[in-house]
Amino acid sequence: MSIFLDSSSKVIVQGITGSEGTKHATKMIAAGTNIVGGVNARKAGQTVTIAEKELSVFGSVGEAMKETGADVSVIFVPPKFAKDAVIEAIDAEIGLAVVITEGIPVHDAAYFWAHAKSKGNKTRIIGPNCPGIISPSQSNAGIIPANITGPGKIGLVSKSGTLTYQMMYELRDIGFSTCVGIGGDPIIGTTHIDALEAFQADPETDVIVMIGEIGGDAEERAAEYIKANVTKPVVGYVAGFTAPEGKTMGHAGAIVSGSAGTAQAKKEALEAAGVKVGKTPTETADLARELYKAL
Amino acid sequence: MDLYEYQAKDIFAAHGVPVLPGAVASTPEEAQAAAEKIGGQVVVKSQVKTGGRGKAGGVKLAENSAEAKEKAEAILGLDIKGHITRRVLVTEASDISEEYYFSFLLDRANRTFLAMASAEGGVEIEQLAVERPDALARVAIDPLEGVDKAKALDILTQGKFPEAVKDEAADVVVKLWETFVAEDATLVEINPLVRDPQDKIVALDGKVTLDGNADFRHPAHEELVDKDAEDPLEAKAKAKDLNYVKLDGQVGIIGNGAGLVMSTLDVVAYAGENHGGVKPANFLDIGGGASAEVMAAGLDVILGDPDVKSVFVNVFGGITACDAVASGIVEALKILGDDATKPLVVRLDGNNVEEGRRILNEANHPLVTQVDTMDNAADKAAELAAGA
Repeated sequence: MSIFLDSSSKVIVQGITGSEGTKHATKMIAAGTNIVGGVNARKAGQTVTIAEKELSVFGSVGEAMKETGADVSVIFVPPKFAKDAVIEAIDAEIGLAVVITEGIPVHDAAYFWAHAKSKGNKTRIIGPNCPGIISPSQSNAGIIPANITGPGKIGLVSKSGTLTYQMMYELRDIGFSTCVGIGGDPIIGTTHIDALEAFQADPETDVIVMIGEIGGDAEERAAEYIKANVTKPVVGYVAGFTAPEGKTMGHAGAIVSGSAGTAQAKKEALEAAGVKVGKTPTETADLARELYKAL
Repeated sequence: MDLYEYQAKDIFAAHGVPVLPGAVASTPEEAQAAAEKIGGQVVVKSQVKTGGRGKAGGVKLAENSAEAKEKAEAILGLDIKGHITRRVLVTEASDISEEYYFSFLLDRANRTFLAMASAEGGVEIEQLAVERPDALARVAIDPLEGVDKAKALDILTQGKFPEAVKDEAADVVVKLWETFVAEDATLVEINPLVRDPQDKIVALDGKVTLDGNADFRHPAHEELVDKDAEDPLEAKAKAKDLNYVKLDGQVGIIGNGAGLVMSTLDVVAYAGENHGGVKPANFLDIGGGASAEVMAAGLDVILGDPDVKSVFVNVFGGITACDAVASGIVEALKILGDDATKPLVVRLDGNNVEEGRRILNEANHPLVTQVDTMDNAADKAAELAAGA
């Protein structure tokens, strides 16, 4: 098994005709993802050939779902149009919308999240500004390189893209059930807690690795959740100990303001919840490996 | 981006949030002229992006324009928590009957917006929140519904605003919400929001933070950037479209992906503990591309930092292939030629790593050392910086 995405997932790409959409649709297909079509209202009715696969371009997410049975959409549309694209996915009630787009205004993210809520959260949103989700050798929805590691018993949830890849690489000897990149923006759909809950319930996940970074209090809240609800071993890593106050470190959400959002506070909260926290990605991977071997 | 008070007030005024007449000045003479124009008592306020200006002597009352000039002379150049005062705001002095607090902000934890209101303004709001949490109302705002007058009145009631001013204050609150949305702000704060003896409501101070992701729909926001206050290296990096933050250490850092670069800074700082306490000199995320041009631009900025003694290039080839990064480094060093003078420690891993390492070995550049793991490479970079 895996969480949120598996070999039965039927995936469409919103923005499939754009350069990023085409590039990554190609890679997703190569990784075994069942891509069943794309969406672009202006090119509805056309077909695109990607990785020798002829795919229909639909006028809307709803139409694509009706014609193909799609249950996952990966969104690559530019920031200007991202809000409408996500709302379209929500209105079509697709099961999972993975928003890769970086640079979406936070008012737009707040709006589409509120919209999803008002519609009863029938659509799980991952992102925005995230690398997506991969269940190795089953399906890959997003831009995570599929060749880093194979399937295994570790579940990974992370705010950062390249740190996700680094961790997958470090633990490629064990492999992963699912790796979820939840994104580094201030407002995101799926949180650490959502992923922890799903990994706890997933019989194929034995050890959970959680990667956080400065900004907000998501890690502290995750720590509380772990304490109360997670019985599987969890290993944590937090990036940004050396980040100065008031400076945004790359991700729109990665900022320390006053005493809020510091890496130290997050590390302490996680450790107080019984989570082993590594000093470096490599040390974190070693901790996860030890716990896995001790099972 | 945080705005100065005078910029925040200009934005407030444009959206109909009442502010007192005033003008910004960067010399004592300008301050005098501004005070002359306003007439009578004025307040001269340091324009810095930090709190505690009053306590630091950055806010002074002046009886007339001559005194305004004197006060401006004293305040200009004043260092407030590391922020040098380059401008002052000269405004009409107001009679204050009561001081309130009001703000709209992003509530990350609840993934929505929040209004905060208190009839006890004018004090440090963080302190009030801790000491007297009941005095500060926090009201969630549904982005789909926004804030109309009824909602505004509801918030003010929860904030215990006096009946006599509630109606007028509610109009101000609605306009402030319009400001928050129309300008793509993540914070609009008025502290204090005051009631004058005539029961008029005025924003006596203003704090606004704008969302850089929304710049594409606000071309005018570009003019709010204070180019004089920017770090010259950060300005140079920005001109080259690089995501760079200057820090105060000695090991220059280049990496791909915000999280990995943040992590690299930490790992270098830990390694530095064993090498005389050297620290990372910067944050620089070259993103997914890592072409020769981007690598050269990044190295150029970092090598332009006189504090940098060594450089650590830390790349995990995910989407980017390591051979492309390696070629980028080799080309970048060619482009920079004699300008490249500091040792480079390179750690490559991931996609096409063997080919990447081979390219660097073959180039055999005297400044480049390859180390296989991130932790060991950080140690090497710290050692080189400490020894330089």
